[in-house]
Amino acid sequence: MTRTYLSRNPSVLWFLLILSGFTLGVTLLSQAYGVAFLSTSFIKTLGMTLCLCLVALAMDLIWGYAGILSLGHMAFFALGGYMIGMWLMYARTEAIVITALSNEALPATAQEIQNGIAAQIFGVVGASELPPVWLFAHSLPLQLLLVVLVPGLLALIFGWLAFRSRVTGVYLSILTQAMTLALALYLFQNDSGLRGNNGLSGLQNIPGLDGVSQDRVSVWFLWASAFALGLGYLLVAWVVSGKFGSVIRAIRDDEARVRFLGYSVEGYKLFVFTLTAIIAAIAGALYYPQAGIINPAELAPIASIYLAVWVAIGGRGRLYGAVIGAAFVSLLSSWFTGGRAPSINLGFYTINWVDWWLILLGLSFVGVTLFAPKGIGGLVDLWQGLRTPDRKGADLGPGDGSLLEKEAKK
Amino acid sequence: MTQLLEVSGVSVTFDGFRAINNLSFNIGPAELRAIIGPNGAGKTTFMDIVTGKTRPDEGKVLWGDRLQSLLAMSEAQIARAGVGRKFQRPTVFEDQTVADNLMMALKAARGPLAVLFWSPKPADHARVAELATEVGLGDALGRKSGELSHGQKQWLEIGMLLAQEPKLLLVDEPAAGMTLAEREHTTRLLVDLAKTRAVVVVEHDMEFVRRLNCKVTVLHEGSVLAEGTLDHVTRNPQVIDVYLGRSER
Ligand SMILES: Nc1ncnc2c1ncn2[C@@H]1O[C@H](COP(=O)(O)OP(=O)(O)OP(=O)(O)O)[C@@H](O)[C@H]1O
Ligand SMILES: [Mg+2]
Repeated sequence: MTRTYLSRNPSVLWFLLILSGFTLGVTLLSQAYGVAFLSTSFIKTLGMTLCLCLVALAMDLIWGYAGILSLGHMAFFALGGYMIGMWLMYARTEAIVITALSNEALPATAQEIQNGIAAQIFGVVGASELPPVWLFAHSLPLQLLLVVLVPGLLALIFGWLAFRSRVTGVYLSILTQAMTLALALYLFQNDSGLRGNNGLSGLQNIPGLDGVSQDRVSVWFLWASAFALGLGYLLVAWVVSGKFGSVIRAIRDDEARVRFLGYSVEGYKLFVFTLTAIIAAIAGALYYPQAGIINPAELAPIASIYLAVWVAIGGRGRLYGAVIGAAFVSLLSSWFTGGRAPSINLGFYTINWVDWWLILLGLSFVGVTLFAPKGIGGLVDLWQGLRTPDRKGADLGPGDGSLLEKEAKK
Repeated sequence: MTQLLEVSGVSVTFDGFRAINNLSFNIGPAELRAIIGPNGAGKTTFMDIVTGKTRPDEGKVLWGDRLQSLLAMSEAQIARAGVGRKFQRPTVFEDQTVADNLMMALKAARGPLAVLFWSPKPADHARVAELATEVGLGDALGRKSGELSHGQKQWLEIGMLLAQEPKLLLVDEPAAGMTLAEREHTTRLLVDLAKTRAVVVVEHDMEFVRRLNCKVTVLHEGSVLAEGTLDHVTRNPQVIDVYLGRSER
């Protein structure tokens, strides 16, 4: 046991190397720091993709390892975005209001500034007062704390209620869908205090960085996202590597048996649920300043289903699989839906990818589930010559244990 | 003598069917006990009750010197209090190695945070290797437990049970699927274990029970029909009637 953590987990080292190489490469191709080969908007897309990879990592931890198919993690992602968005919007509006009021004869009072900010932000929903949830929006440190606390607490309470009553499987998935839907519907209301369906906008303008061009800011966010993804990968890889990883995989495979070993299954599920919600929230807090806008549609139930699809296509139960799936599918998706994919003219019908992409995605999902349950990550096994039994879902019955040996020799 | 486990007046009904009927059962801290009874007598259900898997409709289940009620505790709490269980069908975590299975069962803190920051010391690796050797899996430590034969899985599960260091072992048909030599090994192991802790063995095989050479409890239709030495209970006409007479195996 003298070998270091990285040498026991070569895939972690490989991942970090590839991620650093990628970040460096993109930086050198950027407008701000390199040869200006990549457009700023594409660098933003890449930065956002890294954030999606991070939330996919969280999804893999909860679904691929702990076996809990949560279809609500994009709600935590969006909540993280809302929390950081509140500060971004407040601080920027504050700067605008102060400049506007500085033309007045009398210096503006704090109250006047406050009213000005409230009117600016909430004019669209017909309100002129800052709702109580904006209490901490003036302070970056406090709002950063809320990025972790709000989604974390929501996950803790929701998870406690759900796991305590031993809701599992499909019922839990449905419950998480209901959670994200309820949250979205609530946020759609104008009096939710978060500007209803307008959401928060102008988030790409970082307060205090007025003199810095978006070319630079976009690269900085790419660095931050890559850093967060690297740290997240290390964290999750560490969580799944030791006995804790053993226990959660055991819970996935036979939770009743784990109870008889003395582990409180509910406690573990709650821990993983909350931890992954926090990771998702941090990913969201880095994503939305790059996207520039967040609105309640981001919490639509379908968003969380996509997340599960990415992880499934990438290969759940292995961390780099989740990252590959999220990067591959989300980039492909923005290519297809961005209208850049050439339409296919069949003579009698033209396949327009903007309309057909979802169908293609759906079919690939079904295809992967049926024919390549290990997803894209399974290609790595193929390359390394690893083989897993093709048992067509049949169980290893008692006494058939040697089956695996035979299969391996095939 | 104070008892380790006291089950009194316990009844369970499944959809109107009384699987356990006013059952009472005691066992001391270092005692070996065999439970026999025809199929459907309620032997497995009895273990379910003690381990918290099934809640009885009435009755008491008291544990230890402090007469703690197990009925108010969760499965995990009961396991942590010192009740270990081996299932009728071997249940090990097939996707994980023999070493991982044993390491998980090893007696240590069970809370999520404690487990997250726990890392195996040399003594833990040594203990796992020792346990594996004891159950004949010494050179299979790195193998996935799904690859093991039925008998080996039984052994692995017994090894996991030992790793937990329980005060009371509930063992459901340990010898099923074992060769004669393995059965003898199991017998010796169980007799040995019962010197320091309580062991309850459910078994159909009379030869196996005879070799255990311990007090026998006969269950029938959810309650105790007879109790005593094997010779004593096999002479009991009721026992002959309901069990030995009809379902000679
Ligand atoms: N969860 C359940 N729901 C309904 N009936 C049950 C349940 N568990 C057990 N039973 C019934 O209770 C009775 C006792 O079952 P149990 O499994 O305890 O018997 P057993 O003595 O272990 O038998 P065997 O020797 O076959 O293992 C059986 O008739 C069984 O069908
Ligand atoms: Mg049984």
